[in-house]
Amino acid sequence: MFYRENGQFKTSYAADQQILPIAQDRWAILALVAFAFIGVPLLVDEYLLRAILIPFLILSLAAVGVNILVGYCGQISLGSGAFMAVGAYAAYNTFVRIEGMPLIVALLSGGFFATLVGMFFGIPSLRVKGLYLAVATLAAQFFCDWAFLRIGWFTNNNPSGSVSVSALPVFGLPVDTPLQKYLFCLAVLVVFALLAKNLVRSAIGREWMAIRDMDVAAAVIGIRPMYAKLSAFAVSSFIVGVAGALWGFVHLGSWEPAAFSVDRSFQLLFMVIIGGMGSIMGSFFGAAFIVILPIVLNQLLPAIGHLFGIEISTAAISHAEFMAFGALIVWFLIVEPHGLAKLWSIGKQKLRLWPFPH
Amino acid sequence: MKLRQLALAASFVAAAASGALTAPAAFAQAKEQFFPVLVYRTGAYAPNGVPWANGFVDYIKLTNARGGINGVKLSFEECETGYATDRGVECYERLKGKNGGATMFQPLSTGITFALTEKAPADKIPLITAGYGRSESQDGGVFKWNFPLAGTYWVAGDIIIQDIAKKLGGAANLKGKHIALIYHDSPFGKEAIPILQERAAMHGYKLSLLPVTHPGVEQKSTWLQIRRDRPDYVVNWGWGVMNSTLIKEAQATGYPREKIYGVWWAGAEPDVKDIGEGAKGYNAITMQHGAEPNAAFVKEIMDKVHAKGQGTGPKDEVGQVLYVRGAMSAMLAVEGVRRAQERFGKGKVMNGEQVRWGLENLDLTQAKLDALGFKGVMRPISTSCQDHMGAAWGRIHTWDGKKWQFTSDWYQADEQIIKPMVKAAADKYAAEKKLQRRSAADCQS
Repeated sequence: MFYRENGQFKTSYAADQQILPIAQDRWAILALVAFAFIGVPLLVDEYLLRAILIPFLILSLAAVGVNILVGYCGQISLGSGAFMAVGAYAAYNTFVRIEGMPLIVALLSGGFFATLVGMFFGIPSLRVKGLYLAVATLAAQFFCDWAFLRIGWFTNNNPSGSVSVSALPVFGLPVDTPLQKYLFCLAVLVVFALLAKNLVRSAIGREWMAIRDMDVAAAVIGIRPMYAKLSAFAVSSFIVGVAGALWGFVHLGSWEPAAFSVDRSFQLLFMVIIGGMGSIMGSFFGAAFIVILPIVLNQLLPAIGHLFGIEISTAAISHAEFMAFGALIVWFLIVEPHGLAKLWSIGKQKLRLWPFPH
Repeated sequence: MKLRQLALAASFVAAAASGALTAPAAFAQAKEQFFPVLVYRTGAYAPNGVPWANGFVDYIKLTNARGGINGVKLSFEECETGYATDRGVECYERLKGKNGGATMFQPLSTGITFALTEKAPADKIPLITAGYGRSESQDGGVFKWNFPLAGTYWVAGDIIIQDIAKKLGGAANLKGKHIALIYHDSPFGKEAIPILQERAAMHGYKLSLLPVTHPGVEQKSTWLQIRRDRPDYVVNWGWGVMNSTLIKEAQATGYPREKIYGVWWAGAEPDVKDIGEGAKGYNAITMQHGAEPNAAFVKEIMDKVHAKGQGTGPKDEVGQVLYVRGAMSAMLAVEGVRRAQERFGKGKVMNGEQVRWGLENLDLTQAKLDALGFKGVMRPISTSCQDHMGAAWGRIHTWDGKKWQFTSDWYQADEQIIKPMVKAAADKYAAEKKLQRRSAADCQS
């Protein structure tokens, strides 16, 4: 009754083609963004900002990037962690080596170099598909791990191989406190999510989806597979690279190659699979599931134990966290193989009838 | 349908629990000094992380049994990092404001130390990295909040080379020798490289660097190289499962265990216990203490903590190398608080800034250490504004097939070598961060 588009008439093509054609959706999303910018800073404490929200925002951005490649273009990649690492280290090098480099330019340069590396490692996708491609992109992961550990130039010849940055100004404004960092990440995320959403609705996005659904058929109707696949790799790596730079600069402040290990690649792929392949919205759900759930479990289990008067040891909590997390992944994938985004759209369908289903 | 009920029930439990989550904090007294404990009781490094954590927690319990710090009781909470940097940062954020604020943090991982070094100054919480962390952080002029008390990796590396030189009959005999460093491929493992290179340039031995990737169970190619090159000595900068793998590989290669030296993370019972006789002769540096089952404080823990059923972990591990390490790390933090109380008021809860002053002006004389039950375990430690390390002593101990035995006298790391390295590295860090060295006035604060 409340969630219906009755009476909303589209009088122009622009109105018909907007991202959210239903007015209620538009208002809901605008309210959500406004809440994230204004409400969240007023409500949450430093712990939530620094330990949960900032990592969530950055990994959401990375998941959006991976979703473009895996979800929209159908090219399974296990090299996302590597592209994050390239973004972080390239941004670090431009930031440290060039005097007076603005932070935003450094971050974008991280994205640029990640694009180059991503396109290079995307070349095998022209020949190999599916799981074979996943293995080929794994090479990117191992190569980057090796390069950042062994080649001293990338880490400014730091003896320990760990690099760090501080004092990050954006347009003269400092990005120091957790709140400033949160707002900065949120702004970057909003811009990139909007860009990504528009890209996947455009001609190029449709090309990616055509390649994903059946590449031979796509080639027959005149889509160039090389162009489509490499552009997907480029766009995806760019976004992932910027996310990597943010992860290093804003979240960790000091990092080593292990921060972008193969585990990170798997984590990003799981976010996309659990959140929903081929859905920008799903990237956010997936990131929330992977980032926030383990921490919530970790804090909830001792509290539950406390309720029944049981002291659970630290190790037991950690083991239980893994088990519960794994069980939830399996449960969600059985209940809804298309990911959390599909659950979301089912919910929306049901909402159209609510509260009078007859 | 049943599933839905289950989900509903689960969400009710969750809602109830989140209410309970805040409850214990309300009961906690304001008069308690809060010690956050970052541990790893799970994962690839758990065999070594567990005894450390047990020792740390037991010493806190012992301090409470002794009546606290001038009457101030200690409270603590563990947080599992799994040796992962991002989880460590999350733990830090979670615990830093709890129960009236964290006294200090001991990250127990070089990666986490690096990340927290950037965060601690803003939060005004000191970091104690007793024997690990970044070696240049002993320079208190730049690293105001870091305290690598009682030794760093550079000290450890220096002493290992001194012992090798002694075995060869003088540093001059190092010339032309070949030393291989097998290291964990992480900031932790790489910390050893600068000091060994510096000494190599001085003495003219050949140093080859052989990295082993996390977690360290794959060392076949490394040992193929050892078999081919036959280095005179092997230095092992490993942690966790990497150490026992290394000794087994040495056994398989037929490399004499007497010629292997481990860093202090690679010289404890979990590393050699399962190999037993096969590890006989394996050496490791200790940052002062080894296995100390007969130390007075260990007996006190047995009497006052374990005898009352409040002990953490199995009884037979009390007094082992890493257990003592954990207890000693806790002791250093406790003594930092005690020293701070001397200036800012006895019997009061100290905040991070006050504890920082206490750690910077730590003066643990032998008499004080003996009174704490550390007789024969440790040597005096005294820190200052410029020197956040306080002591550079170490000994070598050797596995005799059943237990660790000291096989060397006390060594002191060569300040002539380490000081310029520390200064150069700290200056480089300060330049990168655009930091000024602390002024004399700042040292008084």
